[in-house]
Amino acid sequence: MADAVALSVGCAHKNNPYATVCYHVKDTRPVNLDLTTVKFPLPAITSILHRISGVALFFGIGVVLYLLQLSLESEAGFERVTELLRATPVKLMVWLILAGLLYHLIAGIKHLLMDWGLGESREGALRGAQVTLILALVAAVLSWGMIW
Amino acid sequence: MVTNATSFSRSGLSDWIIQRFSAVILAAYTLFILAVLGATPELDYESWRAVFSQNSVRLFSIISLFALCGHTWVGMWTVGTDYLTGRQLGGKGTFIRLIYQSFCVLLIAVYLLWGIQIFWGS
Repeated sequence: MADAVALSVGCAHKNNPYATVCYHVKDTRPVNLDLTTVKFPLPAITSILHRISGVALFFGIGVVLYLLQLSLESEAGFERVTELLRATPVKLMVWLILAGLLYHLIAGIKHLLMDWGLGESREGALRGAQVTLILALVAAVLSWGMIW
Repeated sequence: MVTNATSFSRSGLSDWIIQRFSAVILAAYTLFILAVLGATPELDYESWRAVFSQNSVRLFSIISLFALCGHTWVGMWTVGTDYLTGRQLGGKGTFIRLIYQSFCVLLIAVYLLWGIQIFWGS
């Protein structure tokens, strides 16, 4: 009764909404991968945050270059930047850029270590993601202190 | 070997190396700038300008700027080819992705020229 066994392998169960991949006897391809029903493990969350921070930084560079140019232009420009950095919305934006940059940096270092073959096991990947999030949180708090 | 007309180097492996190599330069530059900011809590215009007018810092800044351009292009390209595809967006996927890629190239060109202007001029 090999067919009967194959029928039940990997099929979604009504009590388990995460088991959305279902195999049939004639068609063994996954029929549905609904991302909204898939529970993201921690390494997947750090990975998508790495991407989101990267795309955000792509636009943040413009802000950084603007502030840098103004600060180096003249004494008055430098004063203008320090004045701008006293305004809460600017502080918040610069903090987001800095925290995003440090997150991207830390997650990037983890990425390079994984390229090197470190932390590639299931446990290692989880540990790496945990360390990344903790370090990034510390960095975000420190940069908050630096800006305020 | 599979090549792609819009990828930075027409090769996934080269893109991979460029991404890592530029990442190391950018990490070093980020830490350098943070160290400068951390070492002088009461930063004034003269000392700030003095940092960026050193030839070594100027070179480091411009090399990092080039690294930034390569890094952002490979990154934005990867994101675009993952999400802005026919699979996600239907028949117009390729067209939308090309518009997105053109926008990225233009913004990177602006950053590059603007950045050179800032670092060279200081």
